Parts: sequence; structure tokens; C-alpha cells
Amino acid sequence: MITQLLTSIAQGVGLTLYVTGASLLIGGVIGLVLVGAARSPIAIIRTIATLYINFVRVIPPITWLFLIYFGLPQYSLRLSTIQAAIIGFSIIASAFMAEIYRSGLLSIPDGQREAAHALGLSPVTTVAHIITPQAFRVALPAIATYGIGLLKDSALASTIGVREITYYAQQSAKQTHEGLLSFVVAGALYIVISLVVALVARRVDLTLRRKIGVA
Amino acid sequence: MDILTQWLGWLPNLTPGLFVSLQLTGLSLLFGFPLGLLFAVMAAAKLAPLQWISFFFVEIGRGLPALVLLYLLYFSLPDAGITLTSLTTAIIALTWNTGAYASEYFRAGLAAVPLGQKEAALTSGLRGWTGFRFIILPQALRISTPPLAGLAVLVFQGSALAFVIAVPELMSKAFEIGSITFEYLSVYTLTAVIYGSLTLVFLGLVRLLEQRLGRHLQRN
Repeated sequence: MITQLLTSIAQGVGLTLYVTGASLLIGGVIGLVLVGAARSPIAIIRTIATLYINFVRVIPPITWLFLIYFGLPQYSLRLSTIQAAIIGFSIIASAFMAEIYRSGLLSIPDGQREAAHALGLSPVTTVAHIITPQAFRVALPAIATYGIGLLKDSALASTIGVREITYYAQQSAKQTHEGLLSFVVAGALYIVISLVVALVARRVDLTLRRKIGVA
Repeated sequence: MDILTQWLGWLPNLTPGLFVSLQLTGLSLLFGFPLGLLFAVMAAAKLAPLQWISFFFVEIGRGLPALVLLYLLYFSLPDAGITLTSLTTAIIALTWNTGAYASEYFRAGLAAVPLGQKEAALTSGLRGWTGFRFIILPQALRISTPPLAGLAVLVFQGSALAFVIAVPELMSKAFEIGSITFEYLSVYTLTAVIYGSLTLVFLGLVRLLEQRLGRHLQRN
């Protein structure tokens, strides 16, 4: 019974990883733009970026998904369930990633920027080669933690019909009347993926630390 | 203006849903926080089985997506011969989830109280429960309160999940209106505004609380 359930529910692992990964990637890139905008010298851009970051985070993820999936077709913007889920989670991830980057940037002492300036590096080179590599290393554990959070949030995509882990678990629960077992299997899959992500992140973190000789 | 009249027309239908959302949040916090404290104390217990029980419940409550936890209870409790309303099921699931996260904050708070406090309590003759209740716990609670308040805001947002097991809360009411009028964009925007503005209010309260609890630090 368990193997049967496992094979049918594991079908959803691909889409769970796809939705989570794509949203983390897109959200991560938008987050970079946002964190740049939030530190812009132009006040209006700064205000817009800060408002966006706060606005996105106060609305529950499920409301975002429904707004996009059910709301947008009204303006003849028809999205597939997967597209809607990725757009929704990318919007949410962008705001959270921007906050993570910001805390990473805050941890870099001003002296680094001053030293780069004194060495005659251009502002672009400073950001690309001095600030970002250091900030990324600081932010990495937080990014991994958020990635795991997003993985768990991605279960929400089942509510708009994306065929991921929770969707298949729900189908199995209805078809086999093994409700407990179906969701125990689904839960175990989520925990296993989280553990793998956490282990990989720790390994990368250690490697980075060793490279600069901290650990 | 058109959209405002539309929204005003919907509000009487949405408010009962909002009250259910708030009730769900309130009860989950009411049961979840003491549960979290219990888990935190059990995790530090000398008896190994108590530690295991705490570990089991905390890791499941934190490791599983809240949605999966909700479905897990919703689909399995009736098989075990326990029939509850969907609201009760949602309260149990959110309580478990809240308790698991809260236990981590309580644990951090308890760990932040210096060991000397416990030793001082012992030398003053405050042993066991008395020392814990009057010396350790008040100091730990002050440390854990800001993150717990932040958790409370997240639980309010998480209460929207109860929609999937047909609890008549805000999201369900919005979905109902959407399926009657087909004005999904408008009704979900209104829902987002309600969730967003209430969350902002709660966040403001959290900030006030943080300032109040931090008063003793600002003076010196």
C-alpha cells in the first residue's frame, strides 16, 4: 500500500521542485533589482521599492494566488495553473529575497567600499567584485531557510490545481480512503526535500567559508 | 467610485468571514502558545521520552507545510472515528503549527536567561516549579514576546488556508462572491486590502509592544 501511494504521490515532486525553484530564481533576480532600487539616491524610486516590499508581504500567499489565477483572466490574461503559481510565488519571493539581500548588505562594513574606492575601483566593479560576493556569503543561510519555507508554501499551488505533491496526496486520499497515510507520505517527501536542501546549503556555506579562511 | 460602491455592497457578506478568520486565529494562538511553552519545557526535561515526544510534535508541526497538516487531520480524523467540524479541525491544525513554531521561540527565550539566575533562585530557596515560575519564566517571556507577536501575525495570514477545508472564513466568502458575480479580481483585491490593512495594524501593535518591553534597556 505504502509503495503504491509513494509512487503515485512522488509524481508531484517534479512540479513541486519546478514551481519552488523557478519562483526562487525569478524572485531572487527581481529581489536584486528591488534591493538596488530601495537604496537608490532618487527618493521616489526608493519609496516605491519599499512600499512594494511591504505591500507584498502583508497579503497571505493564498490570496495572491487566487488574485492572479482567478482575477487576471477577467482582463483576458489567461494563465495556466503553473504559470499563475510561478508568477504568484515569484512576486512573494521577490519581496522576501530583497529583505534577505538587504540584511546581507548591511553586514558588509563601510570600510570595504571605502577601501575599494581608495584602490580606484569603479562603483560597478566595487558592487560586482567586492560587495556582492561577501554579501552573498552572509545571506546564503537565510536564502536556504527561505527556500525551504517557499518549498512548504508551494503546497498552496495545489489549491489552484497544480499537480504537485499535495495535489496527488489529495487525489490518493480521495481515491483510496487512506487519508492519514497519503498525507504522511506527502509530509515525508517535503521533509526529505527540506533536509537535502539544508545539507547542500550547509556544504556550500562551509566551502565558501573555507575558501576565505574563516572556518 | 464604481468599485467602492461594489466593495461596500460586498462588505456585509465578507465581515462574518473575517470574524471566523479572527476567531480561528485567536483560538489557535490561545491554545498554541501554551502548547509551545509546554513543548519547550519538555524539550529541556531530564526524562528522555518527554524530549522525544516534544521533538516529534515540534518537527512535524514545523517541517510539514501547514496545508499538508490541515489535510492530514481533515482526511484522517474521520477514519479514526473522530468527526469534528471543519473549523475545529482547522483550529487543531493551526494550534499544532503555532505550538511548534512558538516552542522554538520559548526555547530561545529560556536559553537566554543566564544560568546565574537559576543558581541565585536555588540559593534563595526557590526550587523547582517556584523558581521556574517566578524567576526564570518572567525573564524568558520578555525575550520571547516580540518574535511570538510576529508569529501571531503570520498565524493570521495562515488562517486563510482553512479555506481549503471549507471553513467559512474570509477567503471562502470571497470565493463565494467571486463565483456568483465573476468579479474575481475585484473581490480578491478587496480581500487582499482587508488582510493587508489588518496585518499592518497588528504589525504596528507588535512594534509598540517591542518598544514597551525594551524600555528597561533604553534607560541605561
